[in-house]
Formats: sequence, structure tokens, C-alpha cells
Amino acid sequence: MITTLIYSLTGLILFGMGFFTLIIHSHPLRKILAVNVMSTGVFLILVATAYIPLGEGEIDPVPHAMVLTGIVVSVSVTALALILACRIQETSNSSLPGRKQQGEVPEESIR
Amino acid sequence: MTVFQFSSPAWMVCPVILPLIAGLFCFLFSHRTFAIALAAALANLLVVCLLTGQLLVFGPMRCHMGGWQPPLGITLRTDGPALLMLLMTAVTGLAITLYAKGYFSYRISDPRRAGRHQRQQRYFWPLWMLLLAGLNGLFLSNDVFNVYVTLELIGISAASLAALSGKPASLLASFRYLLVSLLGSLTYLLGIVFLYRSNGVLDLDLLQNLAANGLGIRTALALMSVGLLLKTALFPLHFWLPPAHANALAPVSAILSALVVKGSFYMLFRFWFETFQSTITLPALNFMGFLGAVAVLWGAVQAIRQHRLKLMVAYSTVSQLGYLFIAFPLAGVDGGIPVWSIVIFMALAHACAKSAMFMAAGTVFLHLGHDRIKDLSGVRASLPITVFAYGIAGVSLMGLPPSGGFVGKWLLLTASLGSSQWWWALVVITGSLLASIYVFRVMSRLFVIPEGFPLKKSEPHFRLLEWPAMVLALISLFLGLAASWPLYILAHGTTTLAKVFAGGLP
Repeated sequence: MITTLIYSLTGLILFGMGFFTLIIHSHPLRKILAVNVMSTGVFLILVATAYIPLGEGEIDPVPHAMVLTGIVVSVSVTALALILACRIQETSNSSLPGRKQQGEVPEESIR
Repeated sequence: MTVFQFSSPAWMVCPVILPLIAGLFCFLFSHRTFAIALAAALANLLVVCLLTGQLLVFGPMRCHMGGWQPPLGITLRTDGPALLMLLMTAVTGLAITLYAKGYFSYRISDPRRAGRHQRQQRYFWPLWMLLLAGLNGLFLSNDVFNVYVTLELIGISAASLAALSGKPASLLASFRYLLVSLLGSLTYLLGIVFLYRSNGVLDLDLLQNLAANGLGIRTALALMSVGLLLKTALFPLHFWLPPAHANALAPVSAILSALVVKGSFYMLFRFWFETFQSTITLPALNFMGFLGAVAVLWGAVQAIRQHRLKLMVAYSTVSQLGYLFIAFPLAGVDGGIPVWSIVIFMALAHACAKSAMFMAAGTVFLHLGHDRIKDLSGVRASLPITVFAYGIAGVSLMGLPPSGGFVGKWLLLTASLGSSQWWWALVVITGSLLASIYVFRVMSRLFVIPEGFPLKKSEPHFRLLEWPAMVLALISLFLGLAASWPLYILAHGTTTLAKVFAGGLP
């Protein structure tokens, strides 16, 4: 019981931390990472829900299936968000912090 | 073969499978993608009509996927609200498919940027089909987690569609849209975790039968509702909607405004009025009504203040979504027709009117190359059908008789006055007044032809650009006259809802 509680609380804290970062930071990459931390928090709580101490019965497979689905969704959404963030950086004139000069693509070739 | 009989519940799978397969084919083949998408949209409409027939003959049905029973398996179901939403999606979707064809042909016919528009069209069809599959899956599914998966499908394809135009503004808007929709679905997922912890089931029927009222279920419901509200863009959470909807390509704006926001709203409706009905308290309903009322007024005022036509239409969506929530505190009122059926009806009317309006706005934008409201004069001379479609859609948004919007607002007024909650009636009336201001502000410019305006007929005529909007606008207009049909389908296919609000339908 106590194990489940610890993991669940950790998951909730991760969710909260991610949410906080998502709200206050404006850099796209930070936002994407924040969302990833949030989803990790939710997955952690889900896995903790399924946890049963060894020898006290069988582990509930349903949360595991949910986590697997969630991870697949999270990976694809992260990929899409990263592509969008890259495009925004390429097309907008105002360069974001940390932009490399050498990898720059001329405006015409993007459009 | 028993599978293909009329009575077989397996037909339910088609609205999900057909667009999904079509989307795959659209992605694989670079030619004839329009033909594939059109075939899928038509087949989808046919299957939904068949499902409606099934519902009228056999009542609500369940389909256990793969033969697995509820606690473990995923169930699809059809009933009144689900079918009306499916019908709405199928009809609007078909019109949008045709319009998108016209839109892209028109843009590709311009030799300057043909390559870019061809690329846009290439990615539009698979994404639109994927979105259609997600929406149909959402309306059919009877499982909380399956809803999460369909919500994510919708979110991903909608955000990609919104980014399709490739302009910096639309990329930024769609990035924000993606993050917001992700935040919404993660909050929803956290709600599912609490739900599963306290009940151990995910099936909506089983959850309803448990009808527990513990802390776990309340937290779960609150989290899931906030997630869905964020995706539905109710007042304080609407900030992402106007830029995302206004900066997208015209067919995409129509899809986003008419269908995508309705998906999450529909789930909210299901949870609040059916599955967790015993958990909902009156203050919670009143709170939703309050947010809806603020949304109606705020959205309308913002719509009036806009200088660009598409932004105005987008803010009008914020306002019109508010009406759906004003119906929440009136849900228990028994004024002949239960208010919850009005909610679905209004969603239907709004979907037709708003997609027609966005299509008309898109055509005007294509024609003029801009959509600044003050420079719209004289469009009537070259685009008479589009301007007419805009006018009729505006009639439905304002709520003038005999449109679908009128019937919805009339029933809201009757319910609020009948239960002596006059303040809601006041909001509904003020909202309609403000709506007439923002609709007429544009209409007066569209219909006026200034003196000495050159009456040129240079543009090649694209029927597909003009007629889909016209047909949808007419549907939204005559929905008011034929209001008894959708209400009949609702009454016929709904057992649980009618039981919840004793009194039933006429």
C-alpha cells in the first residue's frame, strides 16, 4: 500500500511540475518537455495502480495496457510538436534563444 | 453471413473503419485522393443512415469489439445523441469534402504558387480522413479510455490540419493548439486514473450502474471535465481557439469550428447527463451555466470588435458554444421537451451554420485576397451565392425564425422562464442581439455595391466553392422547420436519458 502511495504521489508531483513549467515558460522546447514530464507523471500513477506486492495475487494488466497506449500517443505527439517547433523557428524572423547560425536555411527554400 | 444483415450491430464499425482505410489510401496514392475521400464520405453517410434506420427499428444497440465482454473488452454503442452527432458529422463532412476540392482546385489553378497548394492538398486528405475516423470513433465509443485515444487522434490530426497553411501565424497557432489539446487530454487521462482506482472499470454502462459518489469519482469527474472544457474552449479556456481557427485554411476552419469542438463537448454532455448523473450537483450545473453565459457575452463582444472576417467568425464560435452550456442548469426543467435534447439540437444547428459561414468567409478571402471587414463592399456582385449563404448562416446564428438556432434558443427561453430562472433568458436575448450586430456589420458591407464599382466577371466560376456552403446554410435554416425529426431520433434512441429525467418526450 505504502509503495503505491509513494509512487502515486511522485507521479502527481511530476504532473504538477510539468504543468507549472508549461504555464510559465515560453520556449517551445521547454513546453514540449514539460508536457512529457506531465505524461510521465500520469503513467507513473497508472503503473502504481497496477502494483501488487509479490505473491499476493496477479497484477492487473489493464493499467499496463493503458500506459502502453499512452506512451505511443505521447511519442507521436512529441514528434509532431517538435516538427512544428522547428518550423516555427525556421519561418519566423525573430530568432529564438539558442539558435545556431550555421544550420540556418534561407527563407525561400522553406516556402 | 449474419454480419451483413440489417440487424447486425457490426455495421457500427464501418464509420470508424471506412475513413481510416480511406485515409491510408489517400496517404499511399498521390493521385485520385479526392475520389477516395469522396467515396469514403459518401459511404460514411450511407452507413450512418443505415444505423439510424437500425436505431428506429431496434432501439439502442451495443457492439462488443472482438466478442470481448465489457469489463475487459471495448464496447461501441449507438443511441439517439450518438446518432445525431454521427449524422451531423457525415452531412457536414460530405459538404466540407466537396468544398475542400473546390478550394484546392481554385488555388492550384493559380500558377504562381501551384506547387505549394498541391502539397497542401496532398496532406489535407489523409489528415481529414483520420480526423473523421477519430470523430466517429468518439461518438460511438462506450469506454472512457477509448475516448481518450480518439480524443488524441482528433487532437493530432486537427493540429496538423491547422498548421497546413504553413504561414508563421498559423504554425504558431497550431503549436499552441497542439499543446492545449495535449494538456486537455493529459488532464482527462489523470481523471481516468482516479476513476479506475476507485471503480476498476472503464465501460460507461458499468460506471453508470455503480453510481458511487465518493471522493475519487468526484476528483475524476472534475479532472475529466476540465480536460474536456479546455478542448471545447469554454470561456476562460477559449484563448487558443480564435487564432487556431482563423489562421487555418478555409475548409480546415470549417472542420475545426463545426466538428472538432463538438467532439469533446459531446463527451462532456455524456458524462454530465448520463454516466455520472448521480454525482452532479446543482451548484456545479449553475457554475457551468455561468461560464456559458460569460462566454456568450464575451465571445459576441470580441466578435464585434474584430477587423478580420475569419477572426470574427471564430469569436462567434466561442459565443455560440456558450449557449450549449447555458442549457446545463436548465437540464432538469421539464417543459415538454427536456433541455438536454435541446443541447444536441443546438450543436447540430451550430455545426451546419458555422461551417457554412467559414466556407463563405474562405471563398470571400480567396476572391479578394484579404478578409478585412471594412473593405468587403461589392463582393455580392461577383459571389452572389456565397454572400447569400453567409446571410442565411447568420440568420441561424442570430436565432431568427425559422432557423435551427431559433428553435434552440426559443426552447432555452421557455425552459428558463418556466423554471423562473429569468437571468439565463436575459443572457440568451442579449447574446442574440449582439450576434445580430456582428452578423449585420459584415452583411451590410457584403450586400452594398458602392457607386462606380467595376462589375467584372473575370474569375473562373467554381461551383464547388459556392454550393456546399449554400446547402449547409439551407439545412441550418430548415432544421427549425423539421425540428421534430432529430428530436424524434433522440427520443427513440434514448432509454437511459429519458429515465433519468422522468417525464420523457412527447
